[in-house]
Amino acid sequence: MSKQHRVLEKAGITSRQLILILITAMALVPGYLMLTGSLKTQKDFLNSPWSLPLHPNFDGYKAAWNDQFPTWFRNSLFVTLLAVLLTITMAATAAWGFAHWKWKGRDFVLGVLISLMVVPPVVLLIPLFTLGAKLGWISTFRMLILVYIGLMLPFSIYLLTNFFKAIPVSLTEAAEIDGATDFRTFRSIVLPLSGPPLITLTVVNLLWVWNELLLALVFLQSDDKKTLMVGITGFQSRYSLSIPTIMAGMTIATIPLLVTYLFGQRYFITGLTAGSVKGE
Amino acid sequence: MIKSAPTDYRFTAPRSLGAVFGRLKNTGPLFWIMPAGLCVLLIFGYSIIDLVQQSFKYQGDWVGFENFNLVLTDPLFQTAIFHNFLLLFTVPILATLSFLCAVLLFETRKGMKFYRSAVFLPYILPIPVVGVVFGQLLQLNGALNSALRAMGFESLALDWLGDPGQALWTMSAIIIWKEVGFGTILILARLISLPLETLEAARIDGAGFFRLHLQVTLPQLRSVILFYIINEAIVMVSWVFNYVYVMTNGQGGPGNATVVSELYIYRSAFQNKAPELAATAALLLLMATLIFIVGFFRIQSKANKGALDE
Repeated sequence: MSKQHRVLEKAGITSRQLILILITAMALVPGYLMLTGSLKTQKDFLNSPWSLPLHPNFDGYKAAWNDQFPTWFRNSLFVTLLAVLLTITMAATAAWGFAHWKWKGRDFVLGVLISLMVVPPVVLLIPLFTLGAKLGWISTFRMLILVYIGLMLPFSIYLLTNFFKAIPVSLTEAAEIDGATDFRTFRSIVLPLSGPPLITLTVVNLLWVWNELLLALVFLQSDDKKTLMVGITGFQSRYSLSIPTIMAGMTIATIPLLVTYLFGQRYFITGLTAGSVKGE
Repeated sequence: MIKSAPTDYRFTAPRSLGAVFGRLKNTGPLFWIMPAGLCVLLIFGYSIIDLVQQSFKYQGDWVGFENFNLVLTDPLFQTAIFHNFLLLFTVPILATLSFLCAVLLFETRKGMKFYRSAVFLPYILPIPVVGVVFGQLLQLNGALNSALRAMGFESLALDWLGDPGQALWTMSAIIIWKEVGFGTILILARLISLPLETLEAARIDGAGFFRLHLQVTLPQLRSVILFYIINEAIVMVSWVFNYVYVMTNGQGGPGNATVVSELYIYRSAFQNKAPELAATAALLLLMATLIFIVGFFRIQSKANKGALDE
């Protein structure tokens, strides 16, 4: 390699590195402003929004974590955990029904299920709201959880079916010859092998439910039932005179998600590449 | 003495869930699919049938295509659809940026994991949080404009969200900021799984950075990029409600500058109390999405076939 060539290549690597740093900065800037803004006073923020909070001030957090914020947080936690747990259970059994038995029309049903992944929730909103009103289930968690489960099932079943199909038939057949029931085969052979896809689904679905806004907005109308995402959209106008309070609220809302993401990043990426995932 | 006469048999409650299922020997697929199947049928099947019915009725009476007539001639609906159409222009930008980011990350050894996490971070943040934070940054006297003014770009300090001519483009930029991480991760994952031989061969033949990736890498990434494009097209047509709702307090303002079809449906149903019109607009939106769903389905089944052949 000639000297000139090498210099050119070095320059290429450096410039690429610089572009990456620039992209990274752009990706992180709003997060930086949110975090530093939450630790400033209103006056500091207006004077120098970009500076570091040299004298951290936690008044924003105190103000944000007052009245209804803890309730919203609890509601979100409850809805998210229950919806995800039920979804995974139902999806795992259904996927086993798809993967283990060959039956007429199976591929067609799976195909329909896959295409349901892209039906926008707003399309289902009005019929489901009418149904909820008829049942008297508006502003109940069970209605929202039911809708969430229904929306998460297609992708969850799709992902698990693909995984279960890859389990060697010889393993399950051996168990059946030994007289194991279907349930036993599923529990002692299939589930122990399925750790990674189950974690992937849990992470992907946790993030989706936690971030969901439209359905929670419509189905939970009373103030004490609101989820965090619905609550914080109203935060803006309520605390319009205190940006640090707004930023502190946003930071608190992001933390559970960030923890999930940091622990489950690998699984989350697997889930995304396995098919389409709606992040919102 | 007989210890347990047959008549003595009493039904004992099963001790555990396992014992319940233990009694079911050969269950068959229906048993396993039923719970999830019923739920999907209720949420999707029932809803779509009910949606079609509602869109042909007014207060319980059959009105034929009257609702369609009303919705399609409503200037606000036309505006909303036009805005969704404009948002579609972000899709090629997203695909290009994602491809570039993925290639850059692929070529970087040092710190690749850190950069990857950073680029991906916006995608996992909740839209309400993103919306509120950007809403603050992009105020007329917000952080962005104060930085621009400090650097002497006074003329670039626009009223990002307050100017009706600007607001939708600002919204697009935020959507790009958030969605580009998804494409990057998707493309990067495929890139890493490609066989290295062809890349190395091209490199030895002296192909430079740009030629290498445009002529050797890009063709091999066609299906994943296409998948991303369809996915994002669906997002722009029917999943942007959250951005608009959060950033404009549910109004689609300034004026109607950021009204999209989803907000039209939401407002018709819950602010104007006209669920029939909302249902009709939703049905129209579903039909529009159907076009993309067909494309999505074809790629998906192609990929499935490929996976099974392996």
